[in-house]
Amino acid sequence: MSEKNYLTTDFTLRSWFLTTDHKRIAILYFASLIFFFFVGGAAATAIRIELATPQADLVSSDVYNRLFTMHGIIMVWFFLIPSIPNTLGNFIVPLMIGARDLAFPRLNLMSWYVFMLGGCVTLFAILAGGIDTGWTFYTPFSTLYSNSYVIVAAAGVFIAGFSSILTGLNFIVTIHRLRAPGLTWYRLPLFLWSLYATSVILVLATPVLAITLLLMATERFFGVGIFDPRIGGDPLLFQHLFWFYSHPAVYIMILPGMGVINELVSCFSRKEVFGYKFVAWCSLAIAAVGFLVWGHHMFVSGQSLVASLVFSFMSFIVAVPSAIKVFNWTATLHKGSIHFDAPMLYALAFIGLFTIGGLTGLFLACLAYDVHATDTYFVVAHFHYIMVGGMVTAYFGGLHYWWPKITGRLYSEYWARTAAVLIFFGFNLTFFPQIILGAEGMPRRYHVYPPEFQVWNVLSSGGAAILAVAYLMPLFYLGYSAFFGKRAPANPWDAPGLEWQTSSPPPEFNFETQPVVTREPYQYNERFEAEPQNA
Amino acid sequence: MWRQWIPFWQPGLSTHSGDVDLLFAGLLIVSALVIGLLFFLLTLFCTRYRAGNQTDRDHRVKKSWHWEVSWTAASFVCFLGLFIWGASVYFQIYRTPADEHDVFVVAKQWMWKTQHPGGQSEIDALHIPIKRPVRLVMASQDVIHSFFIPALRLKHDVVPGRYQDLEIEVDKPGHYHLFCAEYCGTDHSGMIGEVVAMEPSDFSNWLTQQAPSSPLASEGSQLFRELGCSGCHGNGSAVRAPPLEGVYGKPVPLSDGTTVIADDKYIRDSILMPRSQVVASYQPVMPSFEGKISEDQLLRLVAYIKSLAGHQS
Repeated sequence: MSEKNYLTTDFTLRSWFLTTDHKRIAILYFASLIFFFFVGGAAATAIRIELATPQADLVSSDVYNRLFTMHGIIMVWFFLIPSIPNTLGNFIVPLMIGARDLAFPRLNLMSWYVFMLGGCVTLFAILAGGIDTGWTFYTPFSTLYSNSYVIVAAAGVFIAGFSSILTGLNFIVTIHRLRAPGLTWYRLPLFLWSLYATSVILVLATPVLAITLLLMATERFFGVGIFDPRIGGDPLLFQHLFWFYSHPAVYIMILPGMGVINELVSCFSRKEVFGYKFVAWCSLAIAAVGFLVWGHHMFVSGQSLVASLVFSFMSFIVAVPSAIKVFNWTATLHKGSIHFDAPMLYALAFIGLFTIGGLTGLFLACLAYDVHATDTYFVVAHFHYIMVGGMVTAYFGGLHYWWPKITGRLYSEYWARTAAVLIFFGFNLTFFPQIILGAEGMPRRYHVYPPEFQVWNVLSSGGAAILAVAYLMPLFYLGYSAFFGKRAPANPWDAPGLEWQTSSPPPEFNFETQPVVTREPYQYNERFEAEPQNA
Repeated sequence: MWRQWIPFWQPGLSTHSGDVDLLFAGLLIVSALVIGLLFFLLTLFCTRYRAGNQTDRDHRVKKSWHWEVSWTAASFVCFLGLFIWGASVYFQIYRTPADEHDVFVVAKQWMWKTQHPGGQSEIDALHIPIKRPVRLVMASQDVIHSFFIPALRLKHDVVPGRYQDLEIEVDKPGHYHLFCAEYCGTDHSGMIGEVVAMEPSDFSNWLTQQAPSSPLASEGSQLFRELGCSGCHGNGSAVRAPPLEGVYGKPVPLSDGTTVIADDKYIRDSILMPRSQVVASYQPVMPSFEGKISEDQLLRLVAYIKSLAGHQS
């Protein structure tokens, strides 16, 4: 390595904390998100240990309520939402479109500082005494009844929201304005289509969350009647506003994951993605229809039956494009030349787990069944299948796929595959029993529970132990590889994307010469067929 | 019953829960088919087209649109069917309840208080007769709670500031879980109770065995005088206020030209927000009782006004 790359241009702290290089900012995000992931994970571990027995034995009810609230807030706003966009997206987007950087490099750095400020405020709320409202902040509990640090935590989330908006804005402008010559919209890798759709939601939905949290703070501080019926407010108004953001936010979390899966399935089948245009437009369809389904969180809240009917219908509609994507990924494998490298194992795990998550979503969209299943472990299992089985698995898959590009090092394939398989089994053992618990009627957010539910809870806690170990493994073998791994070539997967046309790790300004695009994406050369990869 | 043979499965206990279980079975079958097909294809493709395996890779499908249209249409039709099925059962669950045996339910951090029309009150328990629809009138004293009986596959949020009706009917005597399903603070998981379904004869015995207490309506009548309601609404008062005899369940013309049925919700709202729905040809002079009376007192007043339904003014 004689030539300087983005990691070796400068080694000072200043060069990291005042950098405007999208690659270094991605690393800053990456380090922060690892921290938040393990904070949220520690809370989850404590929850699963507590639930191994029906009685309260590890913590008190107040502590338990603070644990699941902390788990939710940290994981949703400080891990899942920024995960793929701000780490992999930040790093890969300019490389994929052949640009030197994002459109607004300084804004990108500011977005990280805003995110960290939000994170620190939220951590302060947790350390000062915690929050016990659940991540949903339902009123009037959060405004008048909770004696915890609600406002501080809400302020943290409020601040972090601006980081989301800035990132979304940056991606939208970048994808519009900075594409390499010849890179038309239909030549964009599907990862960019899904990040584009994600960014649109980030920019349009996040302000509603900010408004909602401000209204909540106004009621809590000044006693203005907005959500509390005693002073003339309406508690359901809060739910409408909150889910108007938070349901699209679910798509903020899953769309980037779907984008990553396109890249992986295509690369390791050595074949273009089946039905490219359908998959591309499905991302935008999900983003658009995702704004019209929020009321499916409120089927038993007392909203009008007609409203429930419409929201149920729209929820089934929004499931169609997701189903199309699953079919297209499967069809991509047909007549491919499939390599089972670690990223592909994650991608296959994603397809299976996301499908189970999607199918349980149908149960919940179905009005009469939702009456039974809502607010039970069925819902908990459903969104963990999407968010953890889907999103986190895709994140790990993408991380392994682009790891050689990011660090310039190769990781241990053996350990990577072991971790992938372990995550898959650990995950299913943790969350499949929760589907059954929900169908049997165990409510969520229960600190103590009737003893007949114990069998499934013990299985779930056992799975969580495996999952915890599996999630710790990459920390070691990827950490080792970052410093001592074998040097990676520029294009270890023989992939045609622009990000593989520059050296690993890329130089400070990404490309020596401006790349020009002349072909559709995913043109895997026929000669790679039937040849073992990574021989 | 075949359902009892499914391991770990508690069969539902009413006609309604049978419908929901059938829907659940339908959803399970659809899911099993989809997962089965997907896993079959994934396994097939991953084995046959694994790298290094010599097999026919020519004639790849290039034109994809008719595949896309077919599976889009198939998913849509399947989803539409599930939507209609789920919606039709939902409308049966939340149909307007029959006005039979009313039980008042007050939810508060962290207990369920239930009260029968005869004044028998219970905490974290609800005794009901079997094979007879029971109408619950639910209110919350503080935050949002959710009334959930898993054995009936039935749940409804209890939101403060409004009454919520819910009709339940149980077919088999027994003890069933009652859970609070909406997170409500520290002791949320302790807000659980028991629904005791009894033969009608046992139920009437149970009612008479309870500690003698005065019926809700007569306690309401006492409150009606204590709170000064009778000063205006009573016979021969100086202030002109609508008489309440015979009002319950009847249409009431309002000053804005519309008409409402004087049900529990309307009476409650009229006590707390008297100026929002004023009876036609009366002045909006009644003071609000918001914050001055509890949910327990409110439901006694409602019970009293209901008891006047048969009277003529």
